[in-house]
Amino acid sequence: MNPIGLLLIPLLTALLILLAGRPQQVRWIALAGAVLQLGAAILLYAAYINGDGTGGPMRLEYRAEWYPDWNIGIHTGVDGISIAMILLTTLVVIAGVLVSWKMEKLPNTFFFLLTLLALGAYGFFISLDLFSMFFFLEIAVIPKFLLIGIWGSGRKEYSANKLALMLMGASALILVAMMAIYFTAPVGMRTFDMIDIVSTGIPAEAQRFIFPLMFVGFGVFTALFPFHTWVPDGHSSAPTAGSMFLAGISMKLGGYGCLRAATWLMPEGAREYGTAIVVISAVAIIYGAFATMMQKDLKYLNAYSSVSHCGFVLLGIGLLTKTAITGAVLQMVSHGLMTALFFAVIGMIYERTHTRQLDELGGLMKVMPFVSTVMFIAGLSSLGLPGLSGFVAEMTIFVGGWERVSPVYRVSTILAAMSIVVTAVYVLRAIGRTVMGPITKTEYLTLTDAGWHERLAAIVLIAGILAMGIAPGWIVELITPGAQAITERIGSLP
Amino acid sequence: MPQTALILLIPLLPLLGFLILGLFSRRISGPLSSGIATSFIALSAGLAILLAHGYFFEWGSDAAGFRQIRALDIPWLIFDRDLRIDMGALVDPISVMMLLVVSVVSLMVHVYSSSYLKGEARIPVYYAFLGLFTFSMMGLVLSANLFQIYIFWELVGVSSFLLIGYYYQKPSAVAAAKKAFIVTRFADLGFLIGILVLGYEARSLDFLTLIERLTAVDDPDFQALIAPSFLGCSAITWGLALVFMGGMGKSAMFPLHIWLPDAMEGPTPVSALIHAATMVVAGVFLLARLFPVYAIAAPDILNWITGIGVFSAMFAAIIATTQTDIKRVLAYSTMSQIGFMMFSLGVSGQGGEAGLGYMASQFHLFTHAFFKALLFLGAGSVIHAVHSNEMVDMGGLRKQLPVTHLTFLIACLAIAGIPPFSGFFSKEEILMAASQRSPWVFGAALFTSGLTAFYMFRLYFRIFWNRPAGEGHGHGEGGAAMVLPLTILAAATVLSGFIPFGHFVTSDLKPLETHLHPAFSIAPVMIAVLGILLAARFHKNASDRAERFAASLRGLYTAAKHRFYIDEVYLFITRRILFNGIGRPAAWFDRQVVDGLINGAGTATLALSHKIRGLQSGKVQQYALIFLVAVILLALAAISRWT
Repeated sequence: MNPIGLLLIPLLTALLILLAGRPQQVRWIALAGAVLQLGAAILLYAAYINGDGTGGPMRLEYRAEWYPDWNIGIHTGVDGISIAMILLTTLVVIAGVLVSWKMEKLPNTFFFLLTLLALGAYGFFISLDLFSMFFFLEIAVIPKFLLIGIWGSGRKEYSANKLALMLMGASALILVAMMAIYFTAPVGMRTFDMIDIVSTGIPAEAQRFIFPLMFVGFGVFTALFPFHTWVPDGHSSAPTAGSMFLAGISMKLGGYGCLRAATWLMPEGAREYGTAIVVISAVAIIYGAFATMMQKDLKYLNAYSSVSHCGFVLLGIGLLTKTAITGAVLQMVSHGLMTALFFAVIGMIYERTHTRQLDELGGLMKVMPFVSTVMFIAGLSSLGLPGLSGFVAEMTIFVGGWERVSPVYRVSTILAAMSIVVTAVYVLRAIGRTVMGPITKTEYLTLTDAGWHERLAAIVLIAGILAMGIAPGWIVELITPGAQAITERIGSLP
Repeated sequence: MPQTALILLIPLLPLLGFLILGLFSRRISGPLSSGIATSFIALSAGLAILLAHGYFFEWGSDAAGFRQIRALDIPWLIFDRDLRIDMGALVDPISVMMLLVVSVVSLMVHVYSSSYLKGEARIPVYYAFLGLFTFSMMGLVLSANLFQIYIFWELVGVSSFLLIGYYYQKPSAVAAAKKAFIVTRFADLGFLIGILVLGYEARSLDFLTLIERLTAVDDPDFQALIAPSFLGCSAITWGLALVFMGGMGKSAMFPLHIWLPDAMEGPTPVSALIHAATMVVAGVFLLARLFPVYAIAAPDILNWITGIGVFSAMFAAIIATTQTDIKRVLAYSTMSQIGFMMFSLGVSGQGGEAGLGYMASQFHLFTHAFFKALLFLGAGSVIHAVHSNEMVDMGGLRKQLPVTHLTFLIACLAIAGIPPFSGFFSKEEILMAASQRSPWVFGAALFTSGLTAFYMFRLYFRIFWNRPAGEGHGHGEGGAAMVLPLTILAAATVLSGFIPFGHFVTSDLKPLETHLHPAFSIAPVMIAVLGILLAARFHKNASDRAERFAASLRGLYTAAKHRFYIDEVYLFITRRILFNGIGRPAAWFDRQVVDGLINGAGTATLALSHKIRGLQSGKVQQYALIFLVAVILLALAAISRWT
């Protein structure tokens, strides 16, 4: 199976949405498209498991020429890491479509943009060529700007601009890094093809210059401290599905890019900057957790917790051990699922109570038991309860971190581990204020529980969280060869 | 192997109950859910009894003593070649004994709850959580892997959270649930780091392998392992100390005990199960599980454990004498009794006669589970009758609650250490072990025993004797569902002391002969009788003797009544330091400084672009232009350098 086939489904879906007239048709088309994407992703997974590659971790490769003059081509292929990210994306897309079921404002455009964003993400994850990877990255950025600008709330223009500008700025860094890689190679050897770059290698001193550009560029997407400030504003203004896509998909583009385009291509650079990445991420994890503790708005709370949780992704990558990198990918999947779930719940609560302020909410368990239970599950996954996905990811990173014996890594790992306590504080505070306690307003007594589409959205994401949390073996097995291919290039670590 | 199926069914039945009741909680009526849950747990308890019988009397032992059997081994999460979490079931004397305790007490609590909670909302949810807890606790005791035990450790923590917060509309219950979870989570942080340290040093997370590698005295590598490496202690010592920190949190040892009294906000049967008989002894169990490593690789940690155990035992007993909420008295008494189990392990050695303390601690854990569960269920029966937790609302209840009165008295005699009740036998062994090790520990333990007798009988007299608080509490005892568990537990309390425990559970899996020493027993029994007499004098009849005595103690009494202000210290640390000192500045810094700089950079770029282009068009295009220029410049720089 050619992974490009995966792109056709969102493409056709997007076209059909443009052609369709009535909102009812549009959402069914979007949902059908999303379900087909899941089906295609599962087929891809099966094809990957059975497929034979050229010996490397990449399978199902496909190459075609694009701009032969510049030696730019299309090169796609997948390893276990990409498959994991694609599976995550399909689940978030289904859930995102379902929670937007009642979208009244410009539904055609809304679902079109959601589908376009998904298209960009799939293209990004299957690209083995920096040029097409960048192309798809940009496809995924623009819909976000519009989703927030048009369907957002609060200071939506400010947030949309901030997000678009910071991500564009980050893209600029990535573009520079790409071009630097291209022009570093001698004439005739110049290419954006990552497999070729890996086999020829980038000179070590060039890596020292290019690696930080590439890493910071992608890092901004995944809330690298101190370039994370678009996250709280962006999320808090975005519509529910927008937040879910932002946290569940877009931020993962960054982590994946850090891994694929920075660490894999430039192992020398990764060794050089690994310690700095680890220290910054460990600080960001605990700093983000403390900042989360003080938030009063549920969306800000979840956005800040994303800063903390995505710190684990970067921490795992910076640690450079096979276990830690596997953990980083697990954390991307886990965070994508549980944050999307959390944002979905916040959306459900906001739609009914018209507030996201912790001190105005209370006692929702009594009137909305389903929504409240889902919030419990999302929160418990966030605080790393065994049986749910967050535990598996965090523990893998901790074990991977402890394999690095030098004190700076040990201290960073402990610092990161300390966040499990702070996370428990803010998660239980949010749950305690929102769904437990006495009902704060009499009008809440008449609220209704989740509708079928909301239930289905939550169940899809919870199924993913449980599949990873109860039986992590399959996904670890899926990811490990890819992580190993990356660490093999890095060589032995001090 | 049928034994494997038997062992697995014991924890899986409550899990099944949890799943059924959890998924269909809205569609099942209260009585039906209680019936389903109770039949599952009854089956599970029956199997646990079968298992215990089979293991201890039929297939569990060979010539060398009891065998440690790996009944299950499923790869779950593989970190790298050596470090992996395999879901296993380790069957040995302590796990079989704990399975028995957990399932039997859980069954009693299930039966009791059906009457106690009659008329409450969300009964299916309650039983679902009970099932989840029972499953997790059984998983904990069966764990064959250090990380596996951590997994179930967290799961019992969250079940405890859910059950304490069962009355979720009551703010105090929510606060107590949060406090319990967060304090134990803090301790678990230590546990987790300890696991990382031990796993890394031993290159294994599997209990049997880990214990074998970390106790291999003859192995040349072992000397390197126990050599001081960090701040004067070996990595193993640090690891074991951190693991013990996890145990301190769950088992409410000073100074991590503050969650336990508040946890009494949960329904009383829950307190009986989780916060008296099973979960709170998880720390003792963990220590026993890893005991050979403690005893051989880091004996200095055992001294600390002794110190913390003795101090907690005495500290909690002193506070218990001043509390007026009957559940809080029992909570502090639990903490005190766990302190006994802890220091008993601390004074123990590994193997043979030296392992008396180990055997004694497990024996006390066993007897304590029954008489403490009985005390809590009895207290529940009292609370059910008078609708209050406060002693002032009680008094003279012995006619109104005859069965409760009698069973409560039995439990009080047991915990006070009066022969022939079970607590006498187990406490005797603990005191014996302590006296062999250190006169100080023995003296402190003896004094605490006296205090125990005093505060327990203060409780007893204030509830069942003294002046009746009011007329016309119409309620009697809550029916057969409440009386039956009390009776069964009382029978267990009377009988369980006669079990020759040393034949079954010892540090080296070989039988240990223990004898009663009547001469040795005189002092502890006398001091217990003294405590009871003192309590009778102060509290049997209404008088102001107790108040006058308390007043004469002045500051000491006030401090003990306020639980030595430990909660206030914690409140200061969390409010002032963590929230106002770190959280608030971090949140402010992020919004004002970090974001300010980012926005400032944006504004500066904007201003610059105005200067350069003088255009008034839309902002995004301007930025795009700036980026384009920057990109080209940087690209040119890169090209010029590397071509």
